[in-house]
Amino acid sequence: MSHDHGHAHDYDEEMGFRVAALERLLTEKGLVDPAALDELIDTYQHRVGPRNGARVVAKAWTDAAFKEWLLRDATAAIASFGFAGRQGEHMVALENTAAVHNMVVCTLCSCYPWPVLGLPPVWYKSAPYRSRAVSDPRGVLREFGVQLSGDIEVRVWDSTAEVRYLVVPRRPQGTETWNEEKLAGIVTRDAMIGVADVRLEQAK
Amino acid sequence: MNGGQDLGGAHGFGPVLPESNEPVFHSRWEERAFAVTVALGMLGRWNIDMSRYYRENRAPVEYLSSTYYELWLKGVERLAADRGLISEHELKSGKASSSRDPALQAPDAARARKLLADMRGAKLDVPVAALFAPGEQVRVKNLHPTTHTRMPRYCRGKTGAIAADHGVFVFPDTHAMGLGQKPQHCYSVRFTAQELWGAPRRDAVYIDLWDDYLEKL
Repeated sequence: MSHDHGHAHDYDEEMGFRVAALERLLTEKGLVDPAALDELIDTYQHRVGPRNGARVVAKAWTDAAFKEWLLRDATAAIASFGFAGRQGEHMVALENTAAVHNMVVCTLCSCYPWPVLGLPPVWYKSAPYRSRAVSDPRGVLREFGVQLSGDIEVRVWDSTAEVRYLVVPRRPQGTETWNEEKLAGIVTRDAMIGVADVRLEQAK
Repeated sequence: MNGGQDLGGAHGFGPVLPESNEPVFHSRWEERAFAVTVALGMLGRWNIDMSRYYRENRAPVEYLSSTYYELWLKGVERLAADRGLISEHELKSGKASSSRDPALQAPDAARARKLLADMRGAKLDVPVAALFAPGEQVRVKNLHPTTHTRMPRYCRGKTGAIAADHGVFVFPDTHAMGLGQKPQHCYSVRFTAQELWGAPRRDAVYIDLWDDYLEKL
């Protein structure tokens, strides 16, 4: 493993030099502002991520009128939280039910709803997920620990255009008395991609 | 293009390997490659479809053996040179030897934040008639463009049903090549697992496809 680690270190160092050289050149020419780069990184590292989507799902679970709006016009319903912009301009929400399980993929690249989930995890962008999500969704779901009976329909959404999908997972039983904030605490990123269920043991 | 990016239905990549407590970026260079790409895109010299084309337009063996942000970096380096932001000499030497087009102004932090929140997407407010209606059965054309396309190989020649009309959108195949927006309807098309994979499962795949990809049965 130390051998592999050495390679990874060399690779990161090489890529670091290459990016730094480009950034220095572009900065010198006035084509990028390093402070703007810091701002973009900070946005997705600290401000925009799956906690946004979890708030949307929790509201849909507790407010029937909001859920109806979300399923009819997800872009507007999500924008009512202030979650909007890049890679979330055209949103569609997909509701998981006792009869239908939705999961989302981008077989051609890495399309993902940034304003509600942030930037995608490595596995979502990787060849194993992109190749098999469409042809073997039940096998992929099993690897994530989700066993679905044969009478549930799996719907896989391949994000080939500029429409971005958010899965509204099923609300677990035993949470009937919970408020929105507590519910948001158990909604995971993977559940909103559709590769996991929301489970009560995730509650803090 | 039938390239390394078109992965739906491919075999041999092994299991999906999620990482627990995964960081947003795995090293500082990934952060900078991401931010340089997004910030440079804000200058408006290219569009998102061109960005995708520049990442995928390479030998499949290179595409598949490059890391994600490595592809972003390779893409943005070539775009910056090909679209006239920097010269080939500058890219090679890393030293500025010409001044920028004075019309271009790098967004500062506040402007970058504002542009990120911008809701102007790929949907167009132009009157274009839809060629298909929800519920209608359609076949995906058996096309193999050598340039950018968003029509995955695994659905070509297959029959599906229009599930929803998303409205009029920019057409990526022309947009990526600098040949205009060619506004047309984009639909969510439902394909059964039986039709796509010969699998007798109660499952379906929904793919977003444009008028130019589809034909009537």
